[in-house]
Amino acid sequence: MLMISNLTVEVDGKMILNGLDLEVKSGEVHAIMGPNGSGKSTLANVIAGRDGYKIVEGSIHYHQHDLLELSAEERARRGLFLAFQYPVEIPGVANVYFLKEALNSIRLARGEEELDAIDFLKLAKTKLGLLEMKEEFLYRSVNEGFSGGEKKRNEVFQMAMLEPTLALLDETDSGLDIDALKVVANGVNSLRNSSRSFVLVTHYQRLLEYVIPDQVHVLAGGKVIRSGGHSLAIELEERGYGWIESHTSDANLAKVG
Amino acid sequence: MIGSGGGSGDYLAMYDSVAPALPAIGTNWLDAHRREALNQFGQMGLPKTKDEHWKYTDVRSISRKSFRPQMTESQFDESVINDLIIPETESHLLVFLDGRWIPKISRCNDLPKGVLVRGLAETLDHSPQRIKDKLGKALRQPTHGFNAINSAFVFDGAFIEIDPDVKLDKPIECFYISSSREDLLVLPRNLIWLHTGSDATLIERYSSSVATPCLTSAVSEVVIEDKAKLNLVKFQDESLKSFHIGGLFFEVGREASLETTTITFGGALVRNDLNVNLNGTGSEVSLNGLYVGDKVQHIDSNIRVSHNAPDTSSHQVYRGILDGSSRGVFRGHIEVKSNAQQTNAVQENHNLMLSRQAEADSMPQLEIYADDVRCAHGATIGQLDDDSMFYLQSRGIQKLDAKKILTHAFAKEVLNKLEPTSCREYLNNRLEEVLTGKNEFLK
Repeated sequence: MLMISNLTVEVDGKMILNGLDLEVKSGEVHAIMGPNGSGKSTLANVIAGRDGYKIVEGSIHYHQHDLLELSAEERARRGLFLAFQYPVEIPGVANVYFLKEALNSIRLARGEEELDAIDFLKLAKTKLGLLEMKEEFLYRSVNEGFSGGEKKRNEVFQMAMLEPTLALLDETDSGLDIDALKVVANGVNSLRNSSRSFVLVTHYQRLLEYVIPDQVHVLAGGKVIRSGGHSLAIELEERGYGWIESHTSDANLAKVG
Repeated sequence: MIGSGGGSGDYLAMYDSVAPALPAIGTNWLDAHRREALNQFGQMGLPKTKDEHWKYTDVRSISRKSFRPQMTESQFDESVINDLIIPETESHLLVFLDGRWIPKISRCNDLPKGVLVRGLAETLDHSPQRIKDKLGKALRQPTHGFNAINSAFVFDGAFIEIDPDVKLDKPIECFYISSSREDLLVLPRNLIWLHTGSDATLIERYSSSVATPCLTSAVSEVVIEDKAKLNLVKFQDESLKSFHIGGLFFEVGREASLETTTITFGGALVRNDLNVNLNGTGSEVSLNGLYVGDKVQHIDSNIRVSHNAPDTSSHQVYRGILDGSSRGVFRGHIEVKSNAQQTNAVQENHNLMLSRQAEADSMPQLEIYADDVRCAHGATIGQLDDDSMFYLQSRGIQKLDAKKILTHAFAKEVLNKLEPTSCREYLNNRLEEVLTGKNEFLK
């Protein structure tokens, strides 16, 4: 589904991703872990199509299409979703209006009919229940005045509404207490199926106790320096990133920097 | 620099020819009022950019032309006018066509007891004594050539008087339509008097039924007595060929409150003067504004609030959306007199620039002579937020739609506070049309 080869990305003349390879197949959950500044969020943003990144080399293919050719909205219309690390507050735009625009735009792109207000609300209420969110969320401005946890829930709620085929979650677990983390994890798990894939960008392995990944990748110095199963995340938690970085540089797999 | 002779001479000569047909001509006190204003106009002429208050607003496009008032009733098609009326707003409606009150298409037959709503010219003709002590109460001296012309003519407008403790059931709407020939001069003069403890909502609305160059120089004098409450909405939606110089002048009494919302969508050149005197202890005012400019529109908001008594508060929030090569000027002057302790004054002006050619000038001016006051001001000039744009686009919303959503959201900060709520939907829809270029007068 997603095939990233030799991805090399600069921001303001500084190399952030340095020849990164990653393949995610349909139905898989991948976790990307790594220390601060290793390029995790850059990877998520580049896949989602944010401006401000210079692609120096490499490619991203999504369902055999060249993803880098497409605008952010076009990527979303083809089933890509990014849950933001820092969801944006948009005063004056009600959640309900925003989501209806988004969903109908994506539905049209899929060749489906637009939902009218009644059907939209029905769907929204079901999904809100899944995330234990109150209906009043719909009528508040997008993320405005939301607590950190509410913002993250709102991201997962949007994901549940838009039903992407590839969801990128950029540190959705950070700043959540254990109850909220479970709710978010349940939301993700309920969406897991054989045709939907997830890339979880995370700092800690806490989330991975609830959403069991098929693969774990460790990012450092702008590339994947180690991949493995769920056990790699547990080992990382015990021994820290320092261990793996020194370990890999010994093996001469990557130069960090 | 404009020659003062050019425009001024025309108006002085024209005044002599139309004066005999003005309302209540021959009434001594009124003749004196007019003569004095005319003399002042003769001295001032039309404003020039060397005048500090007109530094960013060049009116040569107006002074090059000569505009004349309509001295007879204009022909009109009632259906055209009905189409312009906002259906959602149930109001006591006064319709003015080319500056003249048209009673037969106005709708103010079910006014509550204690509310007087009439045409000014008619009232002057029949009972000038009612007007004598009210004219010039809030605009004591002309502040520039345009309102001097208005005061020299005292042509027509609305005369509204609300008795003590009367609360209006629905808004009073003064609807000005420019409908006819080129070079039309429209001189609305509204006198509004709220007696102690009364409560009203007033809508002042300006529109065109045809796109021809015309000049509106409007003056509203408003006296809000102690404990009275006024909500005033001014909506300027004339054609993009029109010129609009409007002034709202308020005198606010003890524990009285005033809320205004000034919305400007139309006009080639628009100047909105808003002067508030907070004269009574505990009076408060909230001034909101939204101006939306495109093409070569020029929209100037010139606000002056004087805190003349202790414990008064003023709150200004003006927002501008500027596209094309349009220009928005905001000048907010707050004066706190030495006795006006415990004043609370807040002023905000935010401009959203949708094009590189658009320009915004924002000038806060604080003049404070008391020591125990709280004053805050802030101005921003910026573009649509990149993060917000990306957020919307990352959810599948097209770039143009995302732009529209965020622009509208910026305006909603003003529109969604607006009362009466019945106006909101109309204004939101109208804004949508303006933002998507469906504004018929833009074509």
